[in-house]
Amino acid sequence: MQVPAPVEYERATSVEDALGLLERHGSESRLVAGGHSLLPMMKLRLARPEVLIDINDLRELSFLRRDGDEFVIGAMARHRDVLEGAEAGQLFPILHDAERVIADPIVRNRGTVGGSICQADPSEDLSAVFAALGASAVIQSSSGKRVVSMDDFHRGAYSTAVGPAEMLVEVRIPIRPNSSSAYEKVERRAGDWAIVAAGAVLSLDGEQITHAGIGLAAVGAEHFRAAGAEEFLQGKPANEESFSEAARLVSASCNPVADQRGPEDYKRHLAGELTHRALRRAAARATGQES
Amino acid sequence: MQVTMTVNGDEVTEEIEPRLLLVHFIRDNLGLTGTHWGCDTSNCGVCVLWMDGEPVKSCTVLAAMANGRTIRTVEDLEQGGVLDPVQQGFVEEHGLQCGFCTPGMMMTARALLDQHPDPSDSDIREAISGQICRCTGYENIVKAIRWAATHPAQMEVNA
Repeated sequence: MQVPAPVEYERATSVEDALGLLERHGSESRLVAGGHSLLPMMKLRLARPEVLIDINDLRELSFLRRDGDEFVIGAMARHRDVLEGAEAGQLFPILHDAERVIADPIVRNRGTVGGSICQADPSEDLSAVFAALGASAVIQSSSGKRVVSMDDFHRGAYSTAVGPAEMLVEVRIPIRPNSSSAYEKVERRAGDWAIVAAGAVLSLDGEQITHAGIGLAAVGAEHFRAAGAEEFLQGKPANEESFSEAARLVSASCNPVADQRGPEDYKRHLAGELTHRALRRAAARATGQES
Repeated sequence: MQVTMTVNGDEVTEEIEPRLLLVHFIRDNLGLTGTHWGCDTSNCGVCVLWMDGEPVKSCTVLAAMANGRTIRTVEDLEQGGVLDPVQQGFVEEHGLQCGFCTPGMMMTARALLDQHPDPSDSDIREAISGQICRCTGYENIVKAIRWAATHPAQMEVNA
């Protein structure tokens, strides 16, 4: 039987209240949203907070909305909300591709966008998605808000820029014209973590790539990104030759480790192949050949 | 701490430790053992019940987090001696063998059918994809849920 160690429980009524509780209880307190990362870690004593601050009543953070040339997702938006968000899926097909293969429908009823990326598991899908999309994170404390890029947000495995008395409140995604995106994941069974996953975002001017974003999960990519392949694609024609070379660069530069999900060479192969497929699909979508 | 929630239409108030999981609260404090307790890791889905109308895995929710919320468990499917069509479907189509996964499967099925009265087999498979059955190979569970979709009227128990 797995149960968490003794813990105190508080329920926050607003963002300000949650921040006040974090300040009052100090670094041994943790926010809990969906709980599908933190509670299993607490059962295994991998996390042992003294105080849990429940933020599930913070409806003010469960939105998805367009804001000028950005699309904004509140930290408490659940995976299900994202999957049911028509505009999110239309602007960023990569989001729906990924959400369809994150955990399972029942876990997606509880799990949140903010919780997922703050957990910062190296295999986490949305971290790779937001890296590919060039999103930024809005972090709030009692002294105000600050905005950090995804590169600055991700500090390594299970580590983010969010400080002990801060909370992530929004993810902001730039809306680029003539763009589309796709996400490809291979998993052992429905709902599992990725063996490897790759996401691609392309902006095109005719045949030419004007911007490329490539996100990778579960292969030890720094900041979940394939920066070298992104640079290579800039200005290249959106064709099989370019995508093959980008895939080769990803395969060569990623840093997977062998584990129960597969050996290193297999993961390296997958990283290249899934990048190639995601790029191909993103391009087909950007040119209206695929939905 | 004290929690109060509505469980199958009745308000209950209990003194609990904040670390108590909802599945244990439902089974041990309230004696509603229809909700099963399996993998402890939100993988197997035998602990699925509804919180505020949505299926959740109750091994990964604290009872404290359910304070003030509305819970529905498998015991609430049968009403006044009348089985829910989902329950009847599992009978008709041999949707269970050992029965361990059945309560969770049925709660997910009821939620699915409330939202999509006529789901495709692939919708059904997607809905139960977070739940594990080691007896049926899922085929009969899909048939059972399809049976319920095509027989929405409730059946008398022992009829």
